[in-house]
Parts: sequence; C-alpha cells; structure tokens
Amino acid sequence: MIAIGMEGSANKLGIGIMLHPKDGSPPQVLANIRHTYVSPPGEGFLPKDTARHHRLWVVKLVKQALKEAKVSVDDVDCICFTKGPGMGAPLQSVVIAARMLSLLWGKELVGVNHCVGHIEMGRLITGATNPVVLYVSGGNTQVIAYSSQRYRIFGETLDMAVGNCLDRFARTLHISNDPAPGYNIEQLAKQGKQLVDLPYVVKGMDCSFSGILAAIDGLAKQWGLGGEEKAREDEQKTIDSTTAADESSGSKPTRADLCFSLQETVFSMLVEITERAMAHVGSKQVLIVGGVGSNERLQEMMGIMARDRGGSVYATDERFCIDNGIMIAQAGMLAYGTGFRTPLSESTCTQRFRTDEVFVKWRD
Amino acid sequence: MEEYKPPTLPSPFNSTTPPPILLTQGAEAHLYKTTSLNPSIPAALKIRPSKPYRHPILDRRLTRQRIISEARCIAKLVREGVSVPALLALDWEGHGGEEGGWGGAWLMMEWIEGPVVRVVLEQWEAWLKQNAGSLDSSQIEKEEARVRDLLRKMGAAIGVLHKAGVVHGDLTTSNLMLRPFAGASDAVDGTGSPSMEGDVVLIDFGLASQSNQDEDRAVDLYVLERAIGSTHPRSEPLFEALILGYRDSYKGAISALKRLEDVRMRGRKRSMLG
Repeated sequence: MIAIGMEGSANKLGIGIMLHPKDGSPPQVLANIRHTYVSPPGEGFLPKDTARHHRLWVVKLVKQALKEAKVSVDDVDCICFTKGPGMGAPLQSVVIAARMLSLLWGKELVGVNHCVGHIEMGRLITGATNPVVLYVSGGNTQVIAYSSQRYRIFGETLDMAVGNCLDRFARTLHISNDPAPGYNIEQLAKQGKQLVDLPYVVKGMDCSFSGILAAIDGLAKQWGLGGEEKAREDEQKTIDSTTAADESSGSKPTRADLCFSLQETVFSMLVEITERAMAHVGSKQVLIVGGVGSNERLQEMMGIMARDRGGSVYATDERFCIDNGIMIAQAGMLAYGTGFRTPLSESTCTQRFRTDEVFVKWRD
Repeated sequence: MEEYKPPTLPSPFNSTTPPPILLTQGAEAHLYKTTSLNPSIPAALKIRPSKPYRHPILDRRLTRQRIISEARCIAKLVREGVSVPALLALDWEGHGGEEGGWGGAWLMMEWIEGPVVRVVLEQWEAWLKQNAGSLDSSQIEKEEARVRDLLRKMGAAIGVLHKAGVVHGDLTTSNLMLRPFAGASDAVDGTGSPSMEGDVVLIDFGLASQSNQDEDRAVDLYVLERAIGSTHPRSEPLFEALILGYRDSYKGAISALKRLEDVRMRGRKRSMLG
C-alpha cells in the first residue's frame, strides 16, 4: 500500500509518500519533502500569506515527491491530508489540493489529526512501543498517554503553545526566522550563562506560558535588548568575537542570557509535567515530537530526567519532528488499514480538533 | 541501558538502622518508609532530591519554595483538623548531602495505613471486567453505588480541605488514600470486589498552596476529574457523586462548582460546538 500525505497546518508545506509493504515488513519512507514559508525577522507568518505560499507550491511538491519516490499515480492507494488542528487558511489550501487530486486520480481520501500524525511517526521512527508523548510545537503543547484506543491528554498548555512563546520572543529580539525562530534561539542560548528570574507556571499537569512571555518581553525592554538595532549589533559581535566576553560578568543580562533563561525555565516546566505523567501512568519511555522536540537542550534535559527514572527518551531529528507529509501518510495509512475513509462530502478541515477525539482503531 | 540507582540519602537517614525502604518514586520526590524517634513508630519520609536536568539556581529555588509551602500547608491542615498525615520534621535547606553539600530537602510525616484510591478503583474496574458476564444489572448497580459512596467521601474530604483555605494543586487518585477504620479486618467483602470502607486521607501537598479563590478550587476539582477520566474510564461516569459530596461539605462549594463549569471549557482546541 502506498499513501501520499499532505500537510500544511502551519507555515510548512510537506508532501510525503509512505509504503506499507503487503508482507508486513516495516513501512518505508519513499519521499519526504517540505517547503517552509519564512517571514522576515520581527514578524510572524500570517494565515493569508502562508495559504498563498501553500497554493503556489503544492503542485510542484507533489510532482517532485512522486518523482523522488519513483512511483506512478496508479501505485498510490490513498491520499491523506491534515484535517486539523492548525491555522484555517493554510489548512484549507491543502485540503483543496487533496480533494482535487482525489477527484483527478480517483483515489480515496483519509483525513488525519495532525497530533496523531506526529505521534505515529515518532513511534514508527524510534520504535517506542507505548511511550508518554510530549508534543511540543508552535501550535501545540500536550503531554499524551495512550489508553483504551485514545491518545489521552494528561496535561497541556492553558494559553499559548511553548513554540509560540519562543517564536514570539524571537520576534521581540528580531532574530531571524530562517530556518526557524526556535532554532536560532537555541543557538543564541548556547552563549547564555546568567539565569534571570522568570515566572514558573505549572498548574497540576498543565502549564502556562503567556505570563512568562510577558515577563521576558518586559525584561528585554527594561534592558533595551529588543528591536532591530540590537539584532544587528549582535551579528557584528559574532563576526569580530573579540568583544564577546566583556559584558558577561556584570549583572546586566545579555540577549543570549535571556534566550538561555527562557529555554531553561520553559523546558524545566515541560520536563516536569512529562515526569508527572510518567509517574502517573507508570511508563518509562518518553517520546518527544513536534518542532520544539528537535531542540537539543530539551532532549538533553528529558534524557537526564528519564535516566533518573530508569527509563529512556526517544526523539527524532528535524526530518520527522518538524511538520512533514510522511507523518500524515503514516497515520492516514494506519487508519486506512482499518477501513477508515473520508468521503468527499466530509473532506473538510477544522482549526479545533483535539487529539483525544480520534478513535485509535489500529492499536489495542 | 545503565542500571538505575536511587540517589544517596541525606544524613541522618544514611545511617539509620534499619535503613529507610524506598516505597515509590514520584515525579517530584522519593517516598521512604522509616521510623521516627522509636523503631516501633513508622513514619513516611519524603525526599526531594535535586533535579539534575534543571539549572541549579532554578532547582534550589523551586525545591525550597515547594517543601516550605508543603510543610506550611500540612501544618495548617493539621491545625484545622483535616485528615492529612501530621508533620514530624523538616529540612528545607538540604544540608544533609555528602560533605555538607546539597543533598535534597526532606520532610517527615506520620505513617498512614491503607491503599491509595487509584489502586482501589483499578482493582474494582479489573474485578468488574472479569466478572462482567456473571453480574446482573442489580448487582452492577450495587457495585456502582459503593463506588459512588467512595467518590462522595472523596468529594467531602476535598471540601473540608478547601474550607480550611488550602488547595491541593495535584489531585489525582494517587494522592488520596483510603485508611481502613481502626480494628477493621483486612478481608474484602464476600464478593471479591475491593473494600471501600474507611476514611479518605489526603496526601502529597507538594503543589498545594493557601488559597480561598474559587478559581484555584475549581482547578483542583478539574484536575481530579481529568485524572479519573484518563486512569479510571469505568468510574468516570460516576464523578457526579464526587461533586455532590463536595457540594454539601462547605458553604463556598456552590460558587467553586460554578467556576468549574468555566474551567472545563478552557482547554485548547476544544470543539466549540453546542
């Protein structure tokens, strides 16, 4: 069985082709390509621009994916698309493309929950059997555990997603959005040394990030570290790194210190709620998925926590962590295998689609 | 995978005989069974080891804050007569590490006999599943009534806690214990279904805080509701009984329950239909 997965719930457009061999041997990735809409520093991606980006690229990417996978249209069994959750306009442009391909080629559609896509791809790549899942990205922050055919949400953010918090702080500092704002924060944080005091908000199994963002934005303003000019100074400093060490000893935090403190604080919160979920369900495996999951500091912290509990952490790299098409193909094909189909009349998308709404028929 | 070793105990517990027995490793703390003053008096020892994944400054700040607030809450609840384990001793600075270093803060409490409610409900659900074929509807009803009764007692216990001006912060079925009545035999009632007799005792105030706000109280109930939903799906429909027990337990309960409705609507990406 071969499936095409089409993902475009945020600023990445991903097309992936997966093969599930009939003899039951492990699934194979035939093609996994992605094109990202990158907005200028200091700005986020707007739905309408992102949707236009997806519309412009989708045909090209599908063609390229088929070529790369060396399969013809006739070999394809089904077309899987992201039904939600995500941004409305980008979702719509991809669902229209999926519908068009379905009619054009006479293939059946499978609507996939984005979060379940992440989880299934993570399980496939890492081989984790029944992990506690930390799903962290620009739009979602959830701690998930599987129980009686649902991916149940143990804890989640009460306001904004952790990736959104990082991305927006990158905007405050005018850090580049290429390849991803979170990635650039991670690089800058490596130079940070001083930990500034930030709120630490864990409420039971849930956490909250909006207050932390407000606090650190306030600090950036107070120390005059935000804005375009400072970003340019920063760039120059890294070019002639002779002046790098001079300010680090004083009490005035640097831009790097703020990034460092933000990461340390929010990741500690995430590791804490994940540990609580592990303790609660008695699991020793953790799987990190989602864009923020490719952050190496988060993986490191999670690794230390898991080791102290006698367990292990499973993480993937950016090919599978960051939104992609194959995860949609993978989760779609699992559902397709159990007889699930999305009729054309129901091939809609939705911004709100909780992980626990999906009936996971393919696991017991 | 390397073999897991629990962290070394802070003094004086590294030299007591018999050594403390590790009972559970929670998310935040390790719980040991030890003795207090006299080898015949059992006590629960809760150690918050340092979390190596956290930045040391952040780690000390959180550990210190939490153990002190936990101790204050317990002390207050004991004064108010809420059924919680009594506080026996405390070290918030964690000076007991090797060579006087940071060894983790600790707290010693009264020993509570009995299972946690999670185990009781799990046993009950397993038992029900096993005997599903042989039970008629009136028996199932009787069984459910027993669980409802337990949930009502839990609700009442939480009500008394809230009345005393403390919110738990981490209400799960693992943090509620069922202490059998003094003198009651261990034997389960004839049906093989677990006993649900006894006092509900609240434990683990690691995330508790002093608050009289409806918001905090409602979040407490919501956390418990979701914990029951995710770990005891069979008992979830009976949650209403807990609400009833809670409502009758103190005066402010009505407004806290009203707030609960709002809190339920709050998670992200909930379907907004209806």
